Amino acid sequence: MNIKLLKLLSKNARYSVSELATMLGTDENTVQAEINEMKKNGLIRGYKAVIDWEKLDTGAVSAIIELKVSPQADHGFEEIAKRVMMYSEVESVYLMSGGYDLCVTVRGKSFQQVAMFVAKELSTIDAVNSTATHFILRRYKELDVVLCDGDYDDRGSISL
Amino acid sequence: MIDYNKVLNSKVTDIKPSGIRKFFDIAEQMKDVISLGVGEPDFPTPWHIRSEAIHSLEKGRTRYTSNAGLLKMREEIAAVTKRKYGMEYNPNTEILVSIGGSEAIDGVIRAVVDSGDEVIIPQPSYVCYEPITLLAGGTPVIIETKAENEFRITPEELKKAITPKTKLLILPYPCNPTGAIMRKCDLEAIAEVLKGTNILVLSDEIYSELTFGTEKHVSIASIDGMWERTVVVNGFSKAYSMTGWRLGYAMGPEAIIKQVTKIHQFAIMCAPTISQYAAIEALRNGDDDIEKMREEYDMRRRLIVDGFNKLGLTCREPLGAFYAFPSIESTGLTSDEFCEKLLYSKGVAIVPGTAFGKGGEGFVRASYCYSIDHIKTALERIGEFLKELK
Repeated sequence: MNIKLLKLLSKNARYSVSELATMLGTDENTVQAEINEMKKNGLIRGYKAVIDWEKLDTGAVSAIIELKVSPQADHGFEEIAKRVMMYSEVESVYLMSGGYDLCVTVRGKSFQQVAMFVAKELSTIDAVNSTATHFILRRYKELDVVLCDGDYDDRGSISL
Repeated sequence: MIDYNKVLNSKVTDIKPSGIRKFFDIAEQMKDVISLGVGEPDFPTPWHIRSEAIHSLEKGRTRYTSNAGLLKMREEIAAVTKRKYGMEYNPNTEILVSIGGSEAIDGVIRAVVDSGDEVIIPQPSYVCYEPITLLAGGTPVIIETKAENEFRITPEELKKAITPKTKLLILPYPCNPTGAIMRKCDLEAIAEVLKGTNILVLSDEIYSELTFGTEKHVSIASIDGMWERTVVVNGFSKAYSMTGWRLGYAMGPEAIIKQVTKIHQFAIMCAPTISQYAAIEALRNGDDDIEKMREEYDMRRRLIVDGFNKLGLTCREPLGAFYAFPSIESTGLTSDEFCEKLLYSKGVAIVPGTAFGKGGEGFVRASYCYSIDHIKTALERIGEFLKELK
């Protein structure tokens, strides 16, 4: 039940409790209790809209930044990751396998601003050995939502 | 000038195009229609199956296969059938790969029905059985299944319909449009009536993977004594979301399949080769896809059934296929009127129950092969429509 509920919420967090209950074949109280419990124990961390910012044409940009860092003696990557995520420009921080250590996504008002943020803030952190900045040029799909013209329904209106 | 009325085959010309056609044409031409009208899955064919088709093209496997279909495919069909439904068929002699379930249905009816033979057809049901029977020279005998029996056919109804001329019983379960299924106990009761007769059964099980109750689909061919008198038709369209690939199959006793294969050999040659290679992949590795889609359908099913009931259109729980079949009797309209008015005033397309036989009067078919948001919007509009009716 939990997994199915989570799958539905991850697809669309705006289903009403009553709709969720119907789809899952249970009652509203049960669903509400499950959701409360999952919020309480941190399984559900938040709900957000998926926004196609490009439509606003503000010139804002996002970048994915690869960081190579020297892990700290006692804390490994934990401390440096927590330091990086403090910046309000930083949208996500992941510890990675492979050629670099931290993957950071950053959002800024312009290319210039993001570039300066990397140069002035991220690269100057002691433990950071090197950075590589990749600007996102276009989003096609985000959080499972298609942002470009996707498939259309070619089935017609009626068939028996 | 040729008088075409005189030169054309009267068996064909006598089949009147259904009156529903006009309604369909209007629906297709209207803009911004929110449709719950189609009888096919909205999911694209799972990628690994499509990929296998591309692979087979790349390898140049583009020639005819044997008439009965690739042996490898028939072997996989036999294996899946045994694993899921318990029946055993010899891939060499008892399975024929056809162009969709439709061709298999046509072939079986043509192979079995002689001029004057009676074919028992439960309705409301899919629209092909009656015309194909007529084309084969047979006489359709309709059993109108009842809502109070969950649209199942009962042994009493069957007994009443049987005459010395009865050749074939069509069993279209899980049922389009009613969503009805036949449970094992229901099939056993039907089997009791048929045992000891020469009546054959054509069991159209195209929706066999889409059942939602506690019990999985049971094939009548797995019921004691029924294998020898049953041809099972199944296919890939609904289970694997492969409607456009046109691939189905018939399974039954060699004596029957041999004759169906003869018709297939001369009329069709073989099912599409590329589709067959893709289908082998589907049969081998498609179980998870089926389950994923089934779960998604199940949620939509609950939502749409609940939606109709809340709107005051009594809707029984459909236990199979992907249609809700609510009653619209409370509105005082006929099915045709209801659907036409709904289309014109709210741009929502659903199918009148009468498209599936006279017994469908008082009901409409709403497909839930649509996203949840789409279904919600359609239900809202139907709600507005009902309010305005009052």
